[in-house]
Amino acid sequence: MLQDKDRIFTNLYGHHDWKLAGAKSRGDWDNTKAILDLGPEGIVDVMKKSSLRGRGGAGFPTGLKWSFMPKQSDGRPSYLVVNADEGEPGTCKDRDMMRHDPHKLVEGCLIAGFAMRAVAAYIYIRGEFIQEAKHLQFAIDEAYAAGLIGKNACGSGFDFDVFVHRGAGAYICGEETALIQSLEGKKGQPRLKPPFPANVGVWGCPTTVNNVESIAVAPTILRRGAEWFTSLGRPNNTGTKVFCISGHVNNPCNVEEEMGVPLKELIERHAGGVRGGWDNLLAIIPGGSSVPLLPKSICDTVLMDFDSLREVKSGLGTAAVIVMDKSTDIVRAIARLSKFYKHESCGQCTPCREGTGWMWRVMERLVEGKAEPREIDMLLEVTYQIEGHTICALGDAAAWPIQGLIRHFRPEIERRIEARRSVAVPAMAAE
Amino acid sequence: MSARHPAPKQLQPTSFAFSAANEAEIKKIIAKYPAGRQASAVMPLLDLAQRQHDNWVPLAAIEHIATLLGMPYIRVLEVATFYTMYNLAPVGRNFIQVCTTTPCWLRGSDQVLDACRSSLGIGPGETTKDGQFTVIEVECLGACVNAPMAQIGDDFYEDLDTASTTKLIEALKRGETPKAGPQSGRRSSEPLSGLTTLNAGGGGE
Repeated sequence: MLQDKDRIFTNLYGHHDWKLAGAKSRGDWDNTKAILDLGPEGIVDVMKKSSLRGRGGAGFPTGLKWSFMPKQSDGRPSYLVVNADEGEPGTCKDRDMMRHDPHKLVEGCLIAGFAMRAVAAYIYIRGEFIQEAKHLQFAIDEAYAAGLIGKNACGSGFDFDVFVHRGAGAYICGEETALIQSLEGKKGQPRLKPPFPANVGVWGCPTTVNNVESIAVAPTILRRGAEWFTSLGRPNNTGTKVFCISGHVNNPCNVEEEMGVPLKELIERHAGGVRGGWDNLLAIIPGGSSVPLLPKSICDTVLMDFDSLREVKSGLGTAAVIVMDKSTDIVRAIARLSKFYKHESCGQCTPCREGTGWMWRVMERLVEGKAEPREIDMLLEVTYQIEGHTICALGDAAAWPIQGLIRHFRPEIERRIEARRSVAVPAMAAE
Repeated sequence: MSARHPAPKQLQPTSFAFSAANEAEIKKIIAKYPAGRQASAVMPLLDLAQRQHDNWVPLAAIEHIATLLGMPYIRVLEVATFYTMYNLAPVGRNFIQVCTTTPCWLRGSDQVLDACRSSLGIGPGETTKDGQFTVIEVECLGACVNAPMAQIGDDFYEDLDTASTTKLIEALKRGETPKAGPQSGRRSSEPLSGLTTLNAGGGGE
């Protein structure tokens, strides 16, 4: 079990001062220059050794990602872009980091920006996080005034700027190339890769896009060492993670725990258990709305990390745990997600633009059982036609929840269709 | 996709200009981006225009911003219609956005909408006759462990139920600004029953 001394976000709940003085008392900005003195290679090396995997959902190794940035400029500046467009249903961790521990992110921006030889960081925060953006801007202003960022940041001789850019309500801008388009003042429609952002990113310049949590944990990893980080969790699934536990639990909450914590333990220890007890559990979406749900039988034993959840055909995603007890209309719960993806599709690729609407309409009928049994397989087939056939992963994200539902709850869908049929068939007169 | 259209012609003002204070703010915003990349300022400028203009963006503002930033009008229009936070038609003075995505729905967002309905007599997408309230359904606002929740103006109101939603609306009707955040008694996203971590000296036990 993770001890408080190994927690990174020690002001996750905002019970203490979030401003510079409070952040410094918790160890932020403590001799940051010594970290910068490791040099870009030294920093990337520690990050690689820590095995930190990106906290935004895809789990790509962070140190490796930083190493893709050009070591020598061809004349174009490089940029760090922080993805704070938190919008994956179930997920609300970056929000707490930005409103309660903003200096961890600002310090992380400086260190990551230095390691990838960037000239500035742009933090793209979702537009609805208005108060969070204010805290973040306040922290940035404090850091400038204290000489921690800006010219000769922390006395290192390195100049680095940090800017906040607010979004305006588009889930798709959490996709890195859509985010870049949006930062350029365009519609948030994803770009084809290659070219990858590390070659051609924002304004045509080398860019790395990282999740808030990936950047905010970097200073602590560099202070405490890669060995400390890898001593937590399991190989390839190291460190700590902020989990968001929502839905039918007694005490929904955010909590930082060790990677690989058993799902059941996570919920019982921190969220007060499932409403009505563990046996009242129906299913859990373990990593935000995009990942397939898990029935109780898997939830009993599964561990919360990238590899364990992949083995059971789901994913850690953003570590947003959405709990559903036996009172849940599970088909409606997933149909509501289908509506979400239909609403959020950017409209660029036909399979997604047309497919998300089509899947949602079929899902709405399945909720009522107004369908033919063969339509279940037809729907499944359509999810496979969308998955992998679009520029970005929104098509996949729309397909997976439905695949998970059919994989684990097909009998429930069939029962509804059957129940509807037995009512709908008109009674024959006796004579 | 969400299809969004500008308000009808009779509601559109014929001209728009930023206030002097906003003109100064615009200079600061444009300076955040590299030279020649002022198009990046289009979103912050649309936001400023909306805040200045009763919480909606008229076509005249879109034209004005296009001129200011040296962008074709269509490029600004497509940004304004793509992002759902830009209101393209007038909304009520109290703009209530109720999240109904699955995590909020599981914890009773239907009751929040019902409470709006019974207190205001309007459903999602409607505005009261006196122009004081608009209620809309929105997708995930990113406060899922404090579900169900709604955004009113610039603030999140969390841990809602029928009673607290009704109370909020009554306060708004009286012209008050209710305290934002969880309405359940907790401070933010910690467990309501007490801390299980970060409890000074304790070790997550």
